[in-house]
Amino acid sequence: MSTGTGRRREVRGRHLVLAVLLLVPAAFASLFVGAGELSPLDLLNGDSDAALLLVESRLPRLLAILLAGTAMGVAGLVMMHITRNRFVTPSTAGTTESAVLGVFVATAFLGAESVMVKMVVALGFALIGTLFFLWVLRRLTFADVVVVPLVGIMLGGVITAVTTFFAYRADLLQSLSAWTNGDFSSVLRGRYELLWLTAAVTVGCYLYANRFTVAGVGRDFAVNLGVHYDRVVNLGLLLVSATTAAVVVTVGNIPFIGLVVPNLVTLVLGDNLRRVLPVTALVGAAFVLACDVVGRVVRHPYEIPVETVAGVVGSIVFILLVLRVRRVAG
Amino acid sequence: MSRVTSAETFARARRREHRVLALLALAAVAVVVAFCVIALRGNWEYALTIRARKVAAMVVVGCAVAVSSVLFQTVTNNRVLTPGIMGFDSLFVLVQTLVVYFFGALALSSADPRLLFAGQVVFMVVFAGALYRWLFGRRSRDLYVLVLVGVVCGTLFSSLSSLAARLINPNDFVVLQDTLFASFNSVDQDLLVVSAVLVAVVSLWMGRLFRRLDVLALGREHALNLGVDHRSVVNQVLVAVAVLVSVATALVGPITFLGLLVANVARQLAGVSRHRVVVPASALLAVVALVGGQLVLERVFSLDTALSVIINFVGGIYFIALLIREAKR
Amino acid sequence: MIEVRNVTKTYGSTKVLDDVSLTIAPGGVTSIIGANGAGKSTLLSIIGRLLPADSGRVTVDGLDVATTPGATLAKRLAVLRQENHTSIRLSVRELVAFGRFPHSRGRLNATDLAAVDEAIAYFELEEFADRQLDQLSGGQRQRAHVAAVLCQDTDYVLLDEPLNNLDMRHSVQMMRRLRRMARDFAKTVVLVVHDINFASCHSDEVIAMRDGGVVAQGPTAELMTPELLSTVFDLDIAVHDIGGNRIGVYYS
Repeated sequence: MSTGTGRRREVRGRHLVLAVLLLVPAAFASLFVGAGELSPLDLLNGDSDAALLLVESRLPRLLAILLAGTAMGVAGLVMMHITRNRFVTPSTAGTTESAVLGVFVATAFLGAESVMVKMVVALGFALIGTLFFLWVLRRLTFADVVVVPLVGIMLGGVITAVTTFFAYRADLLQSLSAWTNGDFSSVLRGRYELLWLTAAVTVGCYLYANRFTVAGVGRDFAVNLGVHYDRVVNLGLLLVSATTAAVVVTVGNIPFIGLVVPNLVTLVLGDNLRRVLPVTALVGAAFVLACDVVGRVVRHPYEIPVETVAGVVGSIVFILLVLRVRRVAG
Repeated sequence: MSRVTSAETFARARRREHRVLALLALAAVAVVVAFCVIALRGNWEYALTIRARKVAAMVVVGCAVAVSSVLFQTVTNNRVLTPGIMGFDSLFVLVQTLVVYFFGALALSSADPRLLFAGQVVFMVVFAGALYRWLFGRRSRDLYVLVLVGVVCGTLFSSLSSLAARLINPNDFVVLQDTLFASFNSVDQDLLVVSAVLVAVVSLWMGRLFRRLDVLALGREHALNLGVDHRSVVNQVLVAVAVLVSVATALVGPITFLGLLVANVARQLAGVSRHRVVVPASALLAVVALVGGQLVLERVFSLDTALSVIINFVGGIYFIALLIREAKR
Repeated sequence: MIEVRNVTKTYGSTKVLDDVSLTIAPGGVTSIIGANGAGKSTLLSIIGRLLPADSGRVTVDGLDVATTPGATLAKRLAVLRQENHTSIRLSVRELVAFGRFPHSRGRLNATDLAAVDEAIAYFELEEFADRQLDQLSGGQRQRAHVAAVLCQDTDYVLLDEPLNNLDMRHSVQMMRRLRRMARDFAKTVVLVVHDINFASCHSDEVIAMRDGGVVAQGPTAELMTPELLSTVFDLDIAVHDIGGNRIGVYYS
């Protein structure tokens, strides 16, 4: 057993290094991709326009991508553990859709201008939506690995229908699409800083990882080990909702990242939360970065929103993952 | 003990079924008439023409969605899945987008619309057939895996459509949007006539298969034992479903949950699974739901909201309830 | 007459049937016995054209089951598998009426309706004829399915484990009825049976299978020997004459 873990650890170390080695050059390269011409040479020559572009647009964009990718990967992982179902993540539990509804309510009915207010309302809605989903789940006498996310997706659809209905009436369909379609093209300095909050959340997730793992095994097991089950679960949901709300408010929804990344990582590295969390964070960042760069390159000089690219890649991977389920189970 | 004979039992059941159908037909006629005449003022001749066209579109779409959903449920042996939920209508939107992507908007606007539509339907038949074979062709899969994969396929198709739409040059995109964002208020008259004929022809063709479909609903092995050519019937149904979904989507765009609602409610109302009853019943229900829903929205709440949003709301809740109930069995 | 010639069937890398050839004469009850995985059900399914054979040929009264139109074959041959789950809601009577489909193509005339009543009476299903299948016990459902097969009125009837889910009394009744059916209506009944003693008491002929091949075929009395049974089942089985039947004893 101990040798097994040791070997795993080694693998993890190597994976971490590998992930960092892949991420850093990619991140660096992404700084020089976009509609405006920008090359490292310009910067070295002290071109002030180039420096401005870098500081005002490219760097904030890169940071936003890395923060959002990291946070959503980790949020998905935590949610999988809390619900004990590897297909239950913010995209498949009504969390994201509730957050969108929250932003909409804050904008349309509360007339909120400040990002902070939107964030807080979105967070509240995301939390309520997720808790409602969990409440529905408890009403289910069974908890099939495939039925649960199906219910979650449909609940998300129902919430979206509500949002669309009111957005239609308030003539806000246009703004609604800004929150449902994740896109980094509008990220500028001064417009993304809220995402730093997710960095704090990610650190919180890491510190609490062992407790999430224990809670994930089950209430009885957790209580037996002296872990406050309800407190841990609620804290986890709070962290997940905060991440989701922050991402939705600043860049809009990026579908399936929280589902695809943790699933692929745990497929390779196993289920120990604390061990896979850092890798998940890095892979999440790399995944979003890759989707964004693809979106920027494919139809240069136009941009394809990251939501679209992630939607295509994410749903394909999701389908393959689901088809694996029963094959593994026999 | 007086012995009940099958002749009596079946005759009684037939009478009940006829009563249900007659009531539904009455309701459908009532909402159609109400929709046409309520609050008709001003230049009523003109208004009536507009309304009649709108109602006709709803009837055609309702029939197409209802018939395709019931048939699809039969060939997949599955009451939770419909072409709408599996994203067949998103698939059609994808096909439309791909046509623009490959041939450009010029081709789209200069080609004979009927020819274009025929081409899209052929694409649709091929894609839908391939999808069906991939998912249902091999050994029987778990019901919920199928449903989840179907739902995510729907998401995939819409993501692919928006991806393709982004790749099109912006001018072509505007043309495409015009064709995609249709509603009952802006249905093209020529397209409507062609669609009505298509739906009628396909429905009659399927009507000839109803008895064999009754057997098919028992399951593949029962069907084979009773001498029904499973493969041939399924292929015919898939073609018909592809055509009907194309027609409905081309007219008004995707209405994801309408088929699920009407097919299942019709089965419950009719109390049997015989296609001769369930198919017309769900078509009538679809007409009642669409026309009645639009009537209430427009005249009572004077809302201009898309009806599909409401249908998706009700349908989503119904779907969750259905999942929970099915899974409890 | 059912003729099986050189039939082979493989699932993945396992050969389930290996070059099987046999002939089943018309009339009477034939039981196929053998251990789990011997290929009994697969053979029955291939004869009943529910499964295609990888190679070889099966004919029923000269008709090749792989190529004869399903509708033609359905009037000659009926087959019932072990799992008969149907997802739709049906009453017993409706299920039995489906048995008439090959003849009526869904339009039931007076003859068909009479046949339905007769089949229901034959299997004593009147009491719950108008109940839904999913409200019945497994045994009642099994009887309803067999009644539907009888209603199909074919010369050849293939049943996979017809005693599944039946208690002792209903098992005996079922076997008696099948035997009577074969005699009264000159039908050929082929069964897959797990319980060798039911096979022994109620069949005219036995086919013993092992590892995808036929070990022996012949009149029941000749095959119910300790030697043959222990080869087929890998188990010491004593055979006694009890009340005119040969009974295998293997419990201790």
